[in-house]
Amino acid sequence: MSLIQEIDFGTPRSKSENFVTLTIDGQSVTVPEGTSIMRAAMEAGTQIPKLCATDMVDAYGSCRLCLVEIEGRAGTPASCTTPVMSGLVVHTQSDRLKRLRKGVMELYISDHPLDCLTCAANGDCELQDMAGAVGLRDVRYGYAGENHVFAKSNGAANAAWMPKDESNPYFTYDPSKCIVCSRCVRACEEVQGTFALTISGRGFDSRVSPGMSESFLGSECVSCGACVQACPTATLTEKSVIEIGQPEHSVVTTCAYCGVGCTFKAEMRGEEVVRMVPYKDGKANRGHSCVKGRFAWGYTTHKERILNPMIRERIADPWREVSWDEAFAFAAAKFKAIQAKYGRDAVGGITSSRCTNEETYLVQKLIRAGFGNNNVDTCARVCHSPTGYGLSTAFGTSAGTQDFDSVEQSDVIMIIGANPTDAHPVFGSRMKKRLRAGARLIVIDPRRTDIVRSAHVEAQHHLPLLPGTNVAVLTALAHVIVTEGLVNEAFVRERCDWSEFEDWAAFVALPKNSPEATAIATGVDPRELREAARLFATGGNGAIYYGLGVTEHSQGSTTVMAIANLAMATGNIGRPGVGVNPLRGQNNVQGSCDMGSFPHELPGYRHISGDAVREQFESMWNVKLNKEPGLRIPNMFDAAIEGTFMGLYVQGEDILQSDPNTKHVVAALSAMECVIVHDLFLNETANYAHVFLPGSSFLEKDGTFTNAERRIQRVRKVMSPRNGLADWEVTIRLAKAMGFEMHYDHPSQIMDEIAALTPTFTGVSYARLDELGSVQWPCNEKAPEGTPVMHIGGFVRGKGKFVITEYIPTDERTGPRYPLLLTTGRILSQYNVGAQTRRTDNVVWHEEDRLEIHPHDAEQRGVRDGDWVRLASRAGETTLRALISERVAPGVVYTTFHHPDTQANVITTDFSDWATNCPEYKVTAVQISPSNGPSEWQKAYEEQARLSRRIAPVVEAAE
Amino acid sequence: MQNELRQDTAAGRSSMSPDRLIYMANQIGKFFQSQGHDKAVPGIAEHIHKFWDPRMRSAIFAHLDAGGAGLEPDVRDAIASLKKAANA
Repeated sequence: MSLIQEIDFGTPRSKSENFVTLTIDGQSVTVPEGTSIMRAAMEAGTQIPKLCATDMVDAYGSCRLCLVEIEGRAGTPASCTTPVMSGLVVHTQSDRLKRLRKGVMELYISDHPLDCLTCAANGDCELQDMAGAVGLRDVRYGYAGENHVFAKSNGAANAAWMPKDESNPYFTYDPSKCIVCSRCVRACEEVQGTFALTISGRGFDSRVSPGMSESFLGSECVSCGACVQACPTATLTEKSVIEIGQPEHSVVTTCAYCGVGCTFKAEMRGEEVVRMVPYKDGKANRGHSCVKGRFAWGYTTHKERILNPMIRERIADPWREVSWDEAFAFAAAKFKAIQAKYGRDAVGGITSSRCTNEETYLVQKLIRAGFGNNNVDTCARVCHSPTGYGLSTAFGTSAGTQDFDSVEQSDVIMIIGANPTDAHPVFGSRMKKRLRAGARLIVIDPRRTDIVRSAHVEAQHHLPLLPGTNVAVLTALAHVIVTEGLVNEAFVRERCDWSEFEDWAAFVALPKNSPEATAIATGVDPRELREAARLFATGGNGAIYYGLGVTEHSQGSTTVMAIANLAMATGNIGRPGVGVNPLRGQNNVQGSCDMGSFPHELPGYRHISGDAVREQFESMWNVKLNKEPGLRIPNMFDAAIEGTFMGLYVQGEDILQSDPNTKHVVAALSAMECVIVHDLFLNETANYAHVFLPGSSFLEKDGTFTNAERRIQRVRKVMSPRNGLADWEVTIRLAKAMGFEMHYDHPSQIMDEIAALTPTFTGVSYARLDELGSVQWPCNEKAPEGTPVMHIGGFVRGKGKFVITEYIPTDERTGPRYPLLLTTGRILSQYNVGAQTRRTDNVVWHEEDRLEIHPHDAEQRGVRDGDWVRLASRAGETTLRALISERVAPGVVYTTFHHPDTQANVITTDFSDWATNCPEYKVTAVQISPSNGPSEWQKAYEEQARLSRRIAPVVEAAE
Repeated sequence: MQNELRQDTAAGRSSMSPDRLIYMANQIGKFFQSQGHDKAVPGIAEHIHKFWDPRMRSAIFAHLDAGGAGLEPDVRDAIASLKKAANA
């Protein structure tokens, strides 16, 4: 194994389809028009010396090191800013060029410390490399003059010297090593799109400055790491590199945070991760990252990780550490006893959207084949199950229609109930890049999210609707499109069921669905809505991106169908730049759905009642399967309280914190006789568990994740499982203890079985993934290299289906006692229940959940910024601190759910989507009042958690 | 401690209770309502058949036998047709 060195071509790839041929150093080179001479040379294998150029950002032409000579042209142009032309004859090396470059380097080095041996970038420094490349042998100017290097010069303080900024927990900024190449500033602008960095001053006074000469932590910096990656020196360096040293080998793997699925190089020293660096060939992220994937992996070695299996008879007992064998035997005996006493259907399990496809597949296999029932569900139940239902109804597949690259060809982007810059930050950056290049933006969201107005991005239309009125707004958009004659009739006639379209068109055209009529319920300005509809229908390629603000409602599935209707009516399906794109929450939530984690369907979204499909699985698994659908997560809780569901195996999911109405979940878990939690940490659910099976992190196992664009990507093991077993091995051993044998030596064999049983996966294998890097399903005989864009030329189901989407208000209503609407969401630095990110330095950005409240509502209640407030709904109450903000409209309050001591889900209710039981997290009627501190419930919860997490000391046997 | 935490939940939320299933069934019914009785009844029936586990279906059948109070007309018809098919 060695360190993967990615080629830096110096300037970005040209997308032109016209090619030109030129001669560089006597070699003929053919490249796309618009390519720089620097890149053309590199493609031919010649590296022209450079400092300010890197291929993640546009050419800048400041360092004057990449000079070349071109026959017939005067002077020595910079090769980074000079485009190729047909017939050019270029020389990259001559006496004049050598002299010029050496002079440039001499000047750079005269203002740079010579501490190479003890420098963190030693071995990974482009300045050092270039000094070597140009043959710099001495610096005639000396170091005594004006400089940025030394704190003191000639005994006096040096005003030009700046101390290190170590405020960011993950990287340092050492201005004494800065060569002001602006690569960091440009990366922040062009790649990340935050514009947190600038160059202050001019000439010799030029300095990289976060914001207005602030600290990195105090500035707008979002800690994505793009600047650190771009820095050619040790000026911006990961603290882990400073501490450990340079890595010696690297492995390409996939991030385990959100559904974007960024590809990273895990750069290692032995089994220690030195740093995670985004991989340029990663097709989801294209070399970019966010603060979570890039830096927040310290949880994998956190001291709170549980590394030994534990059991206990009662949850009031302390945990007892046992051997794996004892834990499996204990768990299996409990589950068998439950089945004997309450029936075969009294146990079940929850697969993890954090774990690999292979692990998820095994858990559902264990449940269907080993437990003999279909009580399997996954956290997609509580996030994107309406996407599955809605899109399979409309189009015939339960997934988004595009790849992420598609956004580069969108003209109008509509974001509904999603906050990509916080929750899908790397894709958010790609979206912002396209918006800066001219695409127009419509945002439908109760909150003024960052993307509504941020640096060089501004939505043409923000429709701040009242939570719970998505269907009314989308139907009103359709009303405008239909009644103003903006339907793409040719598309609809060719691709969709015309009579269903006519029924739908007649429905949306009803006066009750007009923007004016619906405004009373939605709170959206009808004129703004009409303009938005016109823009979407007529603005060119229209792409819809949506998130949990769409699905987590009583009408979640209806909203997804309304989105599909809108895309079909405007012809925005079946080519790059358009489509319906769910931004899926977790790293492998798409995969866990694909792998048959839902109680009613086998892998590949095929209903369990279908005899032909079920028989295939029966013969492969050598067991008779139950043909009845099993319980969904909320139904499991209900059945537990009823007394018919008594045992649950939960892999990698914290249902107690993440599911709505915590008290209800507590009641359900408490009612069960055996709860098995398989996780990295003693999460909240484990407070009610009888068996704890330690899990392995994504760094410790092989497998695949499938991201929001249906992209299957490899997860590669870079270290041994600290707990001893990878998660897939744990499931196999548990199954064996239950009396169901599964034989696999490696996850690749599990994928082979998946491919053999799933028509959309037949072409997938680890060999294929190694060869292609990644592949988007369907990947089969018809599409051996996968399918970036779906429904080209026709829908998977045949004709696209228009479905009537009547707006039905949720039964969760505001009233005199609960006059405000609470909606919930995520923040950039924390991830979901926070089990991982709370155990990293990301807490510096967000150490507690805050309640965002409009100044008007706050003043009425006597609440000031930072005050403790009591937040109460019909389901429960909690306390947290207020954050006065105009990002929420009057009448709406907002909070995140990252911290268990806040337990935002004590507040959320049992209401759920009509079709899938996806909980209605996004709408809860609440009241706010001043408070002195934690509620009684919070105190009781914390005490229970403390008692429940006790681990009995190991007693040594007496000699 | 344990009891204190779950106390107010257990009260009033007996969950696989007919009340909850009636609510869920009627919620499905409301979606199909706009498609008219002829499409709504099979639509509701199919949905319940595909997504409800057997104990939920038995419970709602039992509720129908007990008079089916609270079920909307289309939903009642759908459950009746499902029950008939199940017994056939």
